[in-house]
Amino acid sequence: MSIDTSRVATTNTTAATASRPHRIGAVAEWADDRLGLATMAKKNLRKVFPDHWSFMLGEIALWSFVILLLSGVFLTLWFTPSMGETTYEGTYAQMRGIEMSEAFASALRLSFDVRGGLLMRQIHHWAAMLFVASMMIHLLRVFFTGAHRKPRELNWAIGALLLLLGTLEGFTGYSLPDDLLSGTGIRAADGFIKSQPIVGTYMSFFLFGGEFPGDQIIPRLYIVHVLLIPGLLLALITAHMLLLVYHKHTQWPGPGRTEQNVVGFPMLPVYAAKAGGFFFIIFGITALMGGLLSINPVWKFGPYDPSKVTAGSQPDWYMGWPDGALRIMPNWETHIWGHTISWNVLLPIIVLPMLMFTILLLLPFIEAWITGDKRDHHLLQRPRNAPTRTATMVALMTMYGLFWAAGGNDIIAIKLHLSINQITWFMRFAVFIGPVIAFLIARRWCISLQRKDNDDLLHGYESGIIMRSPEGGYSERHLPLSPAHAYRLTARDRDPQVLDELPTGPDANGVEPRSGIGSRLAGLRHRLRVLMYADNVQKPTVQELEEGHHHAEHEHELQAPMEGHAADGHQFDGHHLVEGEKLRADD
Amino acid sequence: MSDDHNHLPAQPGDEAADHGDHGHHGGALVADEPLANPGLPEHAWRPTDVDPAAERRAERQIATLFGLSAVSAVLFVVAYVVFDINGGADGEDVQTIFGLGASNVALGVTLGLALMFIGIGLIQWARKLMSDHEIVEMRHPARSSDEDRAETLQALALGAEESGIARRPLVRNSMLGAVGVLLAPAVVMLRDLGPTPNQVANSDAYPGAGLENTVWEEGMRVVRDVVGTPVRPGDMQIGDLFNAEPEIIFEVDDEGHPVLEGVTLQIAKSKGAVVLVRMLPEENNPAPGRDNWAVDGILCYSKICTHVGCPISLYEKKTHHLLCPCHQSTFDLADAAKVVFGPAARPLPQLPLMVDDEGYLVAQSDFLEPVGPSYWERDSQASTSE
Repeated sequence: MSIDTSRVATTNTTAATASRPHRIGAVAEWADDRLGLATMAKKNLRKVFPDHWSFMLGEIALWSFVILLLSGVFLTLWFTPSMGETTYEGTYAQMRGIEMSEAFASALRLSFDVRGGLLMRQIHHWAAMLFVASMMIHLLRVFFTGAHRKPRELNWAIGALLLLLGTLEGFTGYSLPDDLLSGTGIRAADGFIKSQPIVGTYMSFFLFGGEFPGDQIIPRLYIVHVLLIPGLLLALITAHMLLLVYHKHTQWPGPGRTEQNVVGFPMLPVYAAKAGGFFFIIFGITALMGGLLSINPVWKFGPYDPSKVTAGSQPDWYMGWPDGALRIMPNWETHIWGHTISWNVLLPIIVLPMLMFTILLLLPFIEAWITGDKRDHHLLQRPRNAPTRTATMVALMTMYGLFWAAGGNDIIAIKLHLSINQITWFMRFAVFIGPVIAFLIARRWCISLQRKDNDDLLHGYESGIIMRSPEGGYSERHLPLSPAHAYRLTARDRDPQVLDELPTGPDANGVEPRSGIGSRLAGLRHRLRVLMYADNVQKPTVQELEEGHHHAEHEHELQAPMEGHAADGHQFDGHHLVEGEKLRADD
Repeated sequence: MSDDHNHLPAQPGDEAADHGDHGHHGGALVADEPLANPGLPEHAWRPTDVDPAAERRAERQIATLFGLSAVSAVLFVVAYVVFDINGGADGEDVQTIFGLGASNVALGVTLGLALMFIGIGLIQWARKLMSDHEIVEMRHPARSSDEDRAETLQALALGAEESGIARRPLVRNSMLGAVGVLLAPAVVMLRDLGPTPNQVANSDAYPGAGLENTVWEEGMRVVRDVVGTPVRPGDMQIGDLFNAEPEIIFEVDDEGHPVLEGVTLQIAKSKGAVVLVRMLPEENNPAPGRDNWAVDGILCYSKICTHVGCPISLYEKKTHHLLCPCHQSTFDLADAAKVVFGPAARPLPQLPLMVDDEGYLVAQSDFLEPVGPSYWERDSQASTSE
């Protein structure tokens, strides 16, 4: 391609050095005299970030948190976190004269008397949904690409805590308007708390300031929602970002991209503009959603009344999966020595989420124990190149999805005209069997994709050109991959030869293998390593690749006579002039 | 160099790749690499880099986007002033757009566009006009250097030595103990968050205080929900289900003030809400000892689910099944409200019914077991147990 680079725009002639603008320099000097920031800023202002669409997912979470702070502060100016009884006299005619809590009355006031109040309420709620959703998808991206490996395990743990806190923050916020739906949620939460052995009723009475519902829960949830959890979130997000900057972002392997470097665009100006612009886009989208898509219309639910409920009661989507577990749990309850243990509540809503969270938190550490990998990793892996890990997360996702679907068993029953009993029974087994099936399929799928990569590397990609040999045989022509693409496919580690490990007898020095729990753990670790690695397809060796290329060259030679000649036979179909046409180049 | 650094996957750096001699980096892994790193691809110029016309066009595009944002922001202010959000003080019809409140739609759309135009403009600026040369930055291991580690360990050891924290176990342990005991004030301070269940039960602060009590008592009328009118057996058809409350919910004292207000009213409702159901007496299969709890086939059960406490009200007349809308526990009201499906473990408590002098349905007594979700002490507190 010929491009006249002599006319290249002045902004793009060099990559780095910029002469210091005079006025900005003066301000910077004034600030640095007092703060001494230049030492830190010189490294970070031009810090390099690699470019890939999937690196934006965490950014969505970050920006939705900022939107939540902004819209939340606006809401606090009018919201009254009080359960004091009041009679509504606002402009929403249907509710006039009804007794309600001041919290609900102020939520109505925000919706009907404060211009832009409803918009901010809806932006706040949509941004909360987006916050949790983008954290989850970001988590999946990190895990599927192996970005949780050393040295980033602690940042994974911080991220997992952020997800937990974000969910709690969502639940507390959802509860504040004190409408019928959120009140029913708190009522159920009271049931969860009471189900805990020994301390249950005490915790319930302390939390509610007496018997449910009391008049304390809204103000207490409010301060947790606007101060305690946001403070923790802010601190953890800061730590998350600082670690990100310290470790430098991971990058996809490719030409010029190695474990030792990071290739991309500088923070200033490119990422400052892109990330800043992205904040405005996310804010814009939530504003459009807040303007056009109704969410949590509390005036339709009415104030909370402990004797009322609406059919189809559902929590916000991210609370759906424990709710689903609660719905499909068999009704086990133990009465022993004058005490009640409610397994039907305790297991699905207290034990299961804690268990799932612990597993989530430990995933990188479990993987590191199995792999024994002590190296730093900055290059990402394609999900297919860690089939067992990918399949593990797919299994967890499947379990989550099935629990979540179980949380809508009444809606499914109504919409699909199914029996709710059958759905529930199906789900009771599906949450255990489904993940196993998903694991097996995902793992084999990944391994097949690895084979496909190797085929492409060794024999070239399928060009779609069908060749007919002089003998009349048909074959598809394979063409070599571009060097960059071929390199990307080989830029991955070889897996260890796990089947040769763990000798059972004495080793070369005559030392007997360990016995007891140590050996059982070693045995378990070995079996997990076999599961992790044994079936994986390794990238071709130098020799295999050369053989492959040699084979391809041979084929090319065979096809050479037809080179440059469209021997498709259509010339002789009677619709074309055949004068001067020949069947073979050498005819 | 650290051990783990040596184990970094051997991939030739781009300088090496540029010279095409990737083998000399050493290590078995490199020799095993089938392909050498081809190095950074050459920078490709964008139209805006080489064509001043395209550059100016991009500038105009971006400025237009920012201009559109400003226009949207002004429109937002206009919409704020123009649209009433609730039909004004006279309560006229609310102005709507697409069936949604006009003010909300207009504010949301203008604000959304104002923000998005800025965002799109900024990103367009970055993509079209800012330098798109990729920069290479070298990574450093996350760990500190061995010297720094040694110095830090030394400083820690020195600190420990100078404080004598290892040598003076008495001082150290008594300090740790004292700090540990400080947890006690921190925990005790939370004690007054609320009374204990027993304190509430023994307090008589309000009618029906305590987990095992409700406001129901002998002779209290069962009244209709919302309106508060008492019910005669004749008011109910076979198959009817009434949502009902204890009469005290609607009671007013001599001066016209409600007897129960605010918190005590909510608590009374949260435990006292019931359903009245009428079926053919022969359809009912009462639990042992409850033969005289029904009046002409009218039964009264707690409306509070024994699972986690949602009020239940979805009734299927033919089967006498009552379904909880929260988690779909299903109770058979003709069979002592036993659980026929779902996660609830216990039947709904039944309220023994009779008729008072005026022919209205009243309770024979309070519930004989706690209503609502299970809890640890439930069996020991219940005056009747299974």
